[in-house]
Amino acid sequence: MANGPQALTATTVKAKVSRDDWVMRGGMVVIGIYLLVAVIFPLYSLLSKSFQDEFGKFVGLANYAEYFATPALFFSINNSLTISFTSMVITVSLAFGYAYGLTRSCMPGKNIFKAIALIPILAPSLLPAISLRYLFGAQGMIKELLMGESIYGPIGIVMGEVFWTFPHALIIILTALSTADARLYEAAESMGTSKLRTFFTVTLPGAKYGVISACFVVFTLVITDFGVPKVIGGNYNVLAVDVYKQVVGQQNFQMGAVVGMVLLAPALLAFTADRIVQGKQVALLSARAVPYQPRPNKRFDLIMLTVCGIVALTIVGLLGVAQYASLVKLWPYNMSLTLHHYDFDLRDGGSWGAMFNSLEMAGWTAVIGTTVVFTGAYLVEKSKGFTHGRGLIQLMCMIPLAVPGIVLGLAYIFFFNHPGNPLGFMYATMGILVMCTITHFYTVSHLTAVTALKQMDPEFEAVSSSLKIPFYRTFIRVTVPVCMPAILDISVYLFVNAMTTVSAVIFIYSADTQLASVAVINMDDAGEIASAAAMAMMIVYTSAGMRLLHFLLTRGIARQSQAWRKR
Amino acid sequence: MQNNPLSRTLTRLTAATAAALFAVGLAAGGAMAKTDLLVYTSIEADELSKFKKAFEKDNPDINIKWVRDSTGIMGAKLLAEKDNPKADIVYGMAATVLLQLIPHNYFQAYAPKGVEKLNPLYVDPKNNPPLWVGQRAYVAAVCYNTIEAKKHNLPLPASWKDLTKPVYKGHVIMPNPGSSGTAYLDVSSWLQIWGEEGGWKFMGALHENIARYTHSGSKPCKLAAAGEIPIGISFAYRVVKSKAAGAPLVLVTPKEGLGWEVEAMAIVRNTKNLAAARALADWTVSRRSMELHAPGYAEVALPGVPNPVADFPKVGGLMIKNDFAWAGANKSRIVKEWTKRFDVKSEPKKK
Repeated sequence: MANGPQALTATTVKAKVSRDDWVMRGGMVVIGIYLLVAVIFPLYSLLSKSFQDEFGKFVGLANYAEYFATPALFFSINNSLTISFTSMVITVSLAFGYAYGLTRSCMPGKNIFKAIALIPILAPSLLPAISLRYLFGAQGMIKELLMGESIYGPIGIVMGEVFWTFPHALIIILTALSTADARLYEAAESMGTSKLRTFFTVTLPGAKYGVISACFVVFTLVITDFGVPKVIGGNYNVLAVDVYKQVVGQQNFQMGAVVGMVLLAPALLAFTADRIVQGKQVALLSARAVPYQPRPNKRFDLIMLTVCGIVALTIVGLLGVAQYASLVKLWPYNMSLTLHHYDFDLRDGGSWGAMFNSLEMAGWTAVIGTTVVFTGAYLVEKSKGFTHGRGLIQLMCMIPLAVPGIVLGLAYIFFFNHPGNPLGFMYATMGILVMCTITHFYTVSHLTAVTALKQMDPEFEAVSSSLKIPFYRTFIRVTVPVCMPAILDISVYLFVNAMTTVSAVIFIYSADTQLASVAVINMDDAGEIASAAAMAMMIVYTSAGMRLLHFLLTRGIARQSQAWRKR
Repeated sequence: MQNNPLSRTLTRLTAATAAALFAVGLAAGGAMAKTDLLVYTSIEADELSKFKKAFEKDNPDINIKWVRDSTGIMGAKLLAEKDNPKADIVYGMAATVLLQLIPHNYFQAYAPKGVEKLNPLYVDPKNNPPLWVGQRAYVAAVCYNTIEAKKHNLPLPASWKDLTKPVYKGHVIMPNPGSSGTAYLDVSSWLQIWGEEGGWKFMGALHENIARYTHSGSKPCKLAAAGEIPIGISFAYRVVKSKAAGAPLVLVTPKEGLGWEVEAMAIVRNTKNLAAARALADWTVSRRSMELHAPGYAEVALPGVPNPVADFPKVGGLMIKNDFAWAGANKSRIVKEWTKRFDVKSEPKKK
């Protein structure tokens, strides 16, 4: 294959270029078909299900009419919006304070604080819910703090969601705050502007888009999350749990589909709004900007240290509680310690096999997902012409972000279990889990890849093609090594999320492919709460191990392949 | 390359290895030509290996592959696969779930050897040979945590009606029939004991005392075992287990009568392993297997097999005359009505 282009004569240079283009277009068609199968077709089969009755007959909007006539279901919309909005306000405020401390103060231990704040990403969303139960439940260690209110309900949900979404908001706001231009602050100071006024006229406008983006991300994460309300929601019904109750409790797939579609609406709205806002953002950091350097200020630094310290302690505390609870023999009657709960094979709903399945699934997701996502992003970013096709693929890459995992999982059952589907053989295999997980986390991976590719000067390609080097060789020899940090980021992102995801896979795992995160739900459901905590901690340790490996690998590779970035 | 002596040796060696592997493979294949039997079930996870070991000892050529999950998830899975069923046999599954699948032509009839010895209540009355055969029954029960009850001065309840007394306000948990088969068992039994009107009235009064509804049927007893709540409405097997683990629990069997459910099996219509599926059905109704089914359960299908758990209350007389056909046919209506009445309260309850 490699001698093909070389064999061509100089007069066919034009033909060679178009041949590259055709190969790229072919690749794009393949990616396009993949996205159709993985995203569009399943969602379509879900949509159509919501217009059918039990026997598959078209009934128009009858299911929707019934939905809105059932107050118990209908109220969930209000509940979902309430907890999502509350969690959003709290999380973003906390994350802003934390990020402000990290970027604008000279408090000590910034690296440790940063590391701690990112821990919740490594845990399934059920973990904080389980810990909260041990803290504030009827036998909780500090239940008095709730002053008689029950943790089972909106209070518990919001607390759990804030813990779980905090790092997502922090990453975004941290980026927004760290791109400050010191010249603006100097100007403000020289004009005698007060600190407070500077905050409102310089700091906040600069971070505006980051804050808005963080709001949308937290809102979408909370409204689509299923783990926290499932464990600690009590009687407080939310949409994500309603889907589960309809399908699992009553085998009412049609109503499950309707709730799924209802759930899709706010998520889609938040997503669209975010896109519009992002489109308005202009580069704040021009080439002449001077990075802001915080100056020591004893009082201010102490305040920031206290704020960050409290948040960090809470995060570590919640993890510590889960770890401790998983070791206690029979809470609260026998507080002696034991490793008994780690014997998952004897528990209802869990097994060590599930842990290994999770590892296998996460491994495949990382390898296949990174390959598909990066190749897809490359083709979309670097190919010429074919504008409509590229736009369509771009759009399909963005959709998964707006689709709640539980809706995606349900859509996968309907699509892949359809008797006429030639892909039916994938049903109940590891393959469908990998595909579903890749799809669920496609958008963020895609955006990471695109950002990395955009940083690459197009002259690389221009030079290569003028040297008659086929594009795939440039891709493997130049593009991939240059983008290695981004590629590793994507793969570890996919790996960690595959370990912790629950909502997307709860409907489609099978006996041979039970997963650790699902086992956490099932064990909690069956009342094996200590074992559920134990399994959740195992997931945290595995993800943390992978992160550490990623860190070491990135450092090694940075030395080898990123030397060109330094002078 | 062919002339290189080393290469020739290598080639021969490879051929010899391949031949040896082939021979070993044949031998192993001959010895291990076991039938994989795909069994969908909802029996408790800690019982799986007990049944598998005993059955495979008697049927060394069959290998059971369990697909186990809670009744709700298995029911959803079975129904989702109805156009192209994957299981060979459904085993230890709530009879109401099987009844729900029968209209979809899910099963094939088979009379296991010895089925005539079983209590006729446990055998499909509508078809001969039967589409489903019951294995054992589990009964509704109330778990009472002595330590937590003492803290709140709660007397030991003796009846369902006792649980509606104001003293228990906020101290009772039961599962949500919208998500739990056990809860539906309770709800349908109350409607059968007191009739529709009396049943709903009772549930209305009980609702005032319920702290919250759980998703899973075994959870109320586990919560009671953990001291999260003094009283949980659940089923008996879990109480026996939690007590063995050291939880301060008492099993209460309300005197008005107990709802119960049959755990049953049925062979799937398109199984490719019919002989193996029938072997499992035959084995299940045998006395040896029935003895394995007994611990912790109210009653097994074969009369005269006692429950070996010493302090398990005698519940035989308390089991209501359960009309499964009625319970199955009315499930969606009853669950909807229940949801309308009690699931609406979406705000957390004020104390």
